Amino acid sequence: MSEHIVSKNLYFLIFGALMVLTAITVGVAFVNLGPLNNVVALTIAVIKALLVILYFMHVRYSSRLTWLVIVGGFFWLAIMFVLTSSDYLTRGWVSFTR
Amino acid sequence: MSSINSPFDKPFEQPVDSPGGRMRPVPAERNYLNADYSVRSWLLTKDHKRIALLYLFSVSFFFFIGSIYAMLIRLELLTPKGDLVQAATYNKLFTHHGIIMIFLFLIPSIPAILGNFLVPLMIGAKDLAFPKINLLSWYLYMIGAVIVSSAIMIGGVDTGWYFYVPYSSNFSNTYVTLAGLGIFVLGFSSILTGLNFIVTTHTMRAPGMTWFRLPLFIWSHYATSLIMLLGTPVIAITLLLLVFERTFHVGIFDPTIGGDPVLFQHLFWFYSHPAVYIMLLPGMAIISEIIATFSRKNIFGYKFVAFSSIAIAVFGFLVWGHHLFSSSQSVFAGMIFSFISFAVAVPSAIKVFNWTATLFRGSISYDTPMLYALGYIGLFAIGGLTGLFLASLGMDVHLTDTYFVVAHFHYVMVGGTLLAYLGGIHYWWPKITGRLYPEGWGRFSALIVFVGFNLTFFPQFLLGFLGMPRRYHAYPPEYQVLNVLSSAGASILAIGFTIPLIYLLWSLRYGPKATDDPWMATGLEWRTSSPPPTENFVETPIVTWEAYEFAPQETMKVVGKLTPDDKPDRSSYSGN
Ligand SMILES: [Cu+2]
Repeated sequence: MSEHIVSKNLYFLIFGALMVLTAITVGVAFVNLGPLNNVVALTIAVIKALLVILYFMHVRYSSRLTWLVIVGGFFWLAIMFVLTSSDYLTRGWVSFTR
Repeated sequence: MSSINSPFDKPFEQPVDSPGGRMRPVPAERNYLNADYSVRSWLLTKDHKRIALLYLFSVSFFFFIGSIYAMLIRLELLTPKGDLVQAATYNKLFTHHGIIMIFLFLIPSIPAILGNFLVPLMIGAKDLAFPKINLLSWYLYMIGAVIVSSAIMIGGVDTGWYFYVPYSSNFSNTYVTLAGLGIFVLGFSSILTGLNFIVTTHTMRAPGMTWFRLPLFIWSHYATSLIMLLGTPVIAITLLLLVFERTFHVGIFDPTIGGDPVLFQHLFWFYSHPAVYIMLLPGMAIISEIIATFSRKNIFGYKFVAFSSIAIAVFGFLVWGHHLFSSSQSVFAGMIFSFISFAVAVPSAIKVFNWTATLFRGSISYDTPMLYALGYIGLFAIGGLTGLFLASLGMDVHLTDTYFVVAHFHYVMVGGTLLAYLGGIHYWWPKITGRLYPEGWGRFSALIVFVGFNLTFFPQFLLGFLGMPRRYHAYPPEYQVLNVLSSAGASILAIGFTIPLIYLLWSLRYGPKATDDPWMATGLEWRTSSPPPTENFVETPIVTWEAYEFAPQETMKVVGKLTPDDKPDRSSYSGN
C-alpha cells in the first residue's frame, strides 16, 4: 500500500465544502419543503459523510480490501435497517384480538 | 541425551519407518514440552502450544464443574415432586450449568485449545501473529472465570444463562452484576483469540500455502474468528447496559423508567445466535479433518465446504429474530426470520452431505476419532433438523420453552460440538503429547458416550412435544418414565466422559510413543515431530501439494499406531 500524499489545499477545500453544506442544511431548515424536508437534509448529510470518508479518512487512496470492508459495512447497515423496519413497521398488520 | 528428564520422554531410539519409507532414528528430541520446566516458563509462555495446554487444563476443569450441575439437575428430575432442592435453588442450578458450559467451556473449548495448537502448525507458521495477545487472552479467560466463579460462590445467579430482563433487572436480587462483568471479561478473551486467528491466517501462511490449499480446519476457524470479532462486542455492550441499569437505574430495559425489555432480547440474541456458530463451526473444522484422514480421500467439494463456513458465519447474524417468535415481534418479521433461518440450514446441510459423499468409496477405518466423527454426523443431523421445527412459526409456538428446545440444542452442542471436541482431542493427542492413547478403550468409551447421549436427550424431545416446560423443578407424574430414562442416560454419559479422562492421563506416562504421523494424515502438523519443537518446524515448509492429497495406497506402509507389544494395530493398515 503506497502512502499517498494529499495536498493541504485539498483538505481546506473539503473543509470549506463541509462548511458550505452545513450552512445549506441550516438554511433549508427555515424553508418548508413538505415531504422533501427529510430528503434534502439526508442527501446533504450523505454527501458530507462521503466527503469525510473518501478524503479525511483516505479511503479514496486505499486498497481494494479497505473498500470491500467499507462497502460491506454499509451494506450490512442497510440489512439491519430492513430487518428492524420489517418488525417495527408491520406490527399492526396482524391483530391477535378476537 | 538422557539428561533431559521429561515425564513424556522415555529414551526411545529404535528406528521407525517414516511415510516416505526412509528409516531414521528417533532421538529424544527437544520439544515444546521439555524445553523448560519452570512454572514461570508456563505462566509467561508465548508459545501457542503451551497456551493451548493452559487452556486445556482450565477449560476441562470448568467442564467438570458444569457437569456436576447437570448431574444435580438430572437427580432432581428423577422424581415428579421437587424433593431434592427448592425451586429457587433449582433456578440457580440450571443457570450455573448454562453459564459455565457455554461461556467457560463450549465457546473457548475447540478454538482456544485445538485451534490455538493447530492453526500455526497447519499453515506452516512458527506461532500466531500476536503471541503476547494470545497469552493475554488466557489471562482474561482466567480473570473472567474467577469473577463468574465468585458470583456463583457468594450466592449464585438465578436468571437462566441468557439473563432475560426483567428477571435480571428489577426482579433479581442475585449476583447478576458480578456474573455479567465476568462474561464481559470472558468476551474480550474470545475477541483476542479471533483477532489473532484472522491476522495469522492472512499473513503467516507458509510459502505455497494458498487459500485453497488450507485445511478446512483453518477455513472453519477463520469463519469462527469473524463471529468472535464482530459478534462478541454486542454481548459485551448488552451486559454492560444491564449492569448500568442495575447500578445507576438508567432506563434501558425497564419500561417503568423508560426502557424496553424486548430490546434486551434483540441485543442478546444478535450475539447469542452467532455464538451458537462460534461453538459449532470449530466442531465442523475437526470433523472435516477426521473424515478426510480416516476415509483417505479429499473432502468431496472442498470449496463448497470452505465457503459454507463463511456463509454460516455471515448468515448466522441474520436469524436472531427466531428467538422472538413468541415475544412481541411482528408476525411479518417472524416470517422473514423464519425464512432466513431455514436458509442458514443450507450451508450446514452442504457440509453433512459432502462429508457423507467423502465416505463413499473411501477406505474407511473405524478408529476412535472416526467413531466420534460418524456419531457427530448423525447427531448433528438430528439437532439441525429439529432446529427447523423450531424455526417454523406455528410449530414454535407449541414448542417454545419446552424440553424440545433443550433436546434440540443439546443435540447440536453435545452431540455436535462435544463429540467433535473429544474426537479432535483423540485425533491430535499423539501430536500434542507425543503419546498414543489405548485404542480399544477409546472406541469403547466413544460408544458409551453415543449411547448415553441418546438415552439422555432423545426422551427430552418427547417430553417437550408432550408439553413439559423447561426450567421447572417439579412436573406431572405422567412425565416420570421419560425423565428417569433421561437421568439414567446422563449417568452413562458421565461414565463415558470419565473413561477418557483416566486413560488419557494414563497415556502421558505409559502410552506408547507416537510417531510423527501416526494416522498417515496429510496436514502440515503431521510433517513435524510429535510433540513439535518450540519453533514448530526446523525449517519453513514449502507447500507444493493440495489439501488432503493422500498418497496412493500401494506406496503407503504401516507407520504407526503400534500396540504396546509393537505390533501395528489392525486398522492402521491402509485400505482396511
Ligand atoms: Cu438461534
